[in-house]
Amino acid sequence: MKGQRHSLAAKASGRRFWESSIEFSLFSCALVSVLTTAAIIFVLFSEAIFGLGGSVAFFQEVSLWHFLTDTKWAPQYGEGEFGILPLLVGTMWVTGIAALIGIPFGLATAVYLSEYASPRTRRIIKPLLEILAGIPTVVYGYFALVFITPLVIEPFAKFFGIPVDTFNAVSAGLVVGIMIIPMVSSLSEDVLRAVPRGLREAGYALGSTRFDVSVKVVIPAALSGILASFLLAISRALGETMAVNIAGGVRPTLTANPFEQICTMTSNIVAMAGSDAPAGSVQYQSIYAVALSLFAITFAMNVLSQFILNKYREVYQ
Amino acid sequence: MELRTFDNLIAQRKEEPETKPESEKQEAKSPAANPIKVETRNLDFFYGPLQALFGISMAMPEKSVTALIGPSGCGKSTYLRTLNRMNDIVEGTRIHGEVMVDSEDIYSSQVDVVELRKKVGMVFQKSNPFPKSIFDNIAFGPRIGGQRNKKELEEIVVRSLKQAALWDEVKDRLHSSALAMSGGQQQRLCIARTLATNPEVILMDEPASALDPASTSRIEDLIFELKKNYTIIIVTHNMQQAARVSDFTAFFYQGRLIEFGTTRDLFTTPKEKQTEDYITGRFG
Amino acid sequence: MSDVFQRRLKRRQRTSRIFELVCLLSTWFGLVVLVVLLTGLMLKATGTWDPTATGAAKATENWLTPTLLTNHMSSDPERAGMVASIWGTCWLILLTALLSVPVGLGAAVYLEEYAHENWLTRFIRLNIANLAGVPSIVFGILGLTAFVRMFGFFGDPTAIGVPLGIGMLKIPLPFGKSLLSGAFTLSLLILPIVIIASQEALRAVPQSIRHASLAIGATKWQTIWHQVLPASLPGVMTGVILALSRAIGETAPIIVVGAASYIRFNPGNIERMSELVTKADGLLLVPSSQYTVMPLQIYNWVLNSPDPEFKNVASAAIVVLLVILLLMNGIAVYIRNHFSKRLDW
Repeated sequence: MKGQRHSLAAKASGRRFWESSIEFSLFSCALVSVLTTAAIIFVLFSEAIFGLGGSVAFFQEVSLWHFLTDTKWAPQYGEGEFGILPLLVGTMWVTGIAALIGIPFGLATAVYLSEYASPRTRRIIKPLLEILAGIPTVVYGYFALVFITPLVIEPFAKFFGIPVDTFNAVSAGLVVGIMIIPMVSSLSEDVLRAVPRGLREAGYALGSTRFDVSVKVVIPAALSGILASFLLAISRALGETMAVNIAGGVRPTLTANPFEQICTMTSNIVAMAGSDAPAGSVQYQSIYAVALSLFAITFAMNVLSQFILNKYREVYQ
Repeated sequence: MELRTFDNLIAQRKEEPETKPESEKQEAKSPAANPIKVETRNLDFFYGPLQALFGISMAMPEKSVTALIGPSGCGKSTYLRTLNRMNDIVEGTRIHGEVMVDSEDIYSSQVDVVELRKKVGMVFQKSNPFPKSIFDNIAFGPRIGGQRNKKELEEIVVRSLKQAALWDEVKDRLHSSALAMSGGQQQRLCIARTLATNPEVILMDEPASALDPASTSRIEDLIFELKKNYTIIIVTHNMQQAARVSDFTAFFYQGRLIEFGTTRDLFTTPKEKQTEDYITGRFG
Repeated sequence: MSDVFQRRLKRRQRTSRIFELVCLLSTWFGLVVLVVLLTGLMLKATGTWDPTATGAAKATENWLTPTLLTNHMSSDPERAGMVASIWGTCWLILLTALLSVPVGLGAAVYLEEYAHENWLTRFIRLNIANLAGVPSIVFGILGLTAFVRMFGFFGDPTAIGVPLGIGMLKIPLPFGKSLLSGAFTLSLLILPIVIIASQEALRAVPQSIRHASLAIGATKWQTIWHQVLPASLPGVMTGVILALSRAIGETAPIIVVGAASYIRFNPGNIERMSELVTKADGLLLVPSSQYTVMPLQIYNWVLNSPDPEFKNVASAAIVVLLVILLLMNGIAVYIRNHFSKRLDW
């Protein structure tokens, strides 16, 4: 051993190079996700606003004012009318109905799973709900169009004497609502379970019933996290495409009647992408403007809910 | 009264070599005369803004057992981990001063941590076998060291298991999962795994604290065997254990080295009052 | 006073029980819908009972036939099959897995094993979480622009050849409406899911394994490659399978990046399993081939077919799609349960 100076430095440099090139490759993999976001933003902005890469930008042809205030969306008609309001209204109908279904059922499921269910029940029910979440959205669309509209919506509406379109917002909203139940329930359950046991025990020690503890202690304590889960689920409903396209239709109507055919932003993109509008034309470029609006709305909601969830986790850790 | 008990324990150990061959007896007798293997000079250590070690200077001779004792949080484990730079993997740690292994500063920029850790092995508090077979657990070190020869690998595995006094128990199931072994066996497997890379120094971080008394005594016997060839530094909570297995003992308190000396001196005639309070259990 | 208390207590307990019942029924609601959906589809696909059929005849014929799996598209619902979409889905998912798993796992390893806690890491994490929430149709738009058209960068479509062992692999530039466009788009779409699932699997590997390996003198990468990755493999595989089964069901981005609606051939003209071995030139054509996928086939049968009988064919195709997804989920659950028992630290 003696005299063998720097015996510990042997073979180091080659290995260091190898190790750091691996680290660099892995870092590049992690950067792909950042680049994807950057690419999405670049594509939407360049095609909708700046018109890079040879194609005409949508907002160079149609003013933002018209886009936001016109009450008609008819890209194929004459010069084309590009008012996003009908698409927004269609989206709002579907999302609103979905939230009306998905949020209460999802939250009640979460409360049941976290406050009442035994671990065994939870182990059985959660995978079943995951199946519900794993069913492709085309299938939900089919289910809505072929089963829900004729068997549930039509008899119901007929009873009140309301005419129902084959494609309508109610049936689309219903299935989207069912689709987001598992999302609301699993996110909210995580949030509820993060509430410390001590809080619950304090509630019981004061003689509270389970109802009191759930509604007056646990849910208020978890409120911000629950709201964040609602936001995420609503953003998911906003972006839902196939079920809405199949069940809700593709006719942009500025309507107050959810039993009519509507067209959401997402549904419109699918319809335009499948149409024969020539690439680069203003009709074709309109999908970028719609996609940009959709992306902006969902992005804002996602960032907000992430922010709330992070704050929430800080409180209970 | 406590002191006398320790004294007796040490006396028992001292008697043992009498029954052993002449060569071993000599080694066991005078480790203090051996050349210095590991040494730290003015070692300060920081976790972020928090200083965990204050100016630790001590030197450990070759082929000896040094026990680090002290209450929890006193810095003994942190100190142990500076000796093979395991603290490097904790983010935000800093070090001042020198750590020398064979008179070479292991924190110098030329030192390759990988080579250092092959030379300075480590056994952890909780046994941590890889979720693989017994054979693969031990062969892992030599394999990543470039040993591809199957026959030599087998020899290394057999030798390491024998050295760790585990061979007889596992020789028929070398290829079954290491996770199926008992806690004590797992810990000896971890020792065998460390031995397989031919270290010169072995660091042990409370290696027996999670084990039953029988397994503990086997580990202690093993340490006593191993010090013939290796320099061993062991952190322990258990003062009887320190007294039983070590040649030297260092008492740490609040990040400072309070006293360091031969185990016999430290336990029988401690110089510092804090040391005396601690080893007699009168610690406030 | 105790009388008042007793009455109140009773009322409160009743409220509590009603609340429990409401929660329980809500939980059941989702599950009942699931059962209704599955049985409804099954009955319609097999023609056992069709509640939506007009007239007295509530039973039609069985649409779940072997020809559905072996025939190509046809304008005759009796003879229409989905074989092109089954092969298309298989190829698309294979390519997607090849692209997304290495990158996703690599990103997860970087974030869990290498990344220091600084603004860049936090930014990457936040970005992944947000990317997971971007609507899939937006990924379709990205794919359309970046892969199908490649920003119009190549004025005229061209191609480059990549020499492989079995011949020349032609890659069209821009990708056009080929499997490559679809696979790249879906890869980016499921990348966040793969990363998040892999991160969880890596986090489940106890720190003590890493310490043991490092203390023996293994480098960081040796530790990851020989110890951490093998130990996390079951978790990673479960996550990857679940992510891929999500990709199988995706329709919207695939429509946008131009999977063809009516297509009567398989990618690379490979019609049989055996041709995977015998038809090397066909294999090389697969990535640049046009394709369709199962959910898209279903979509077209539901909406774009004049004959209403195609809605029945669609229900049979949905059953096929769900069976495949169920199988994949089953495998994932099996791997998770089987290996988590064995690797219980």
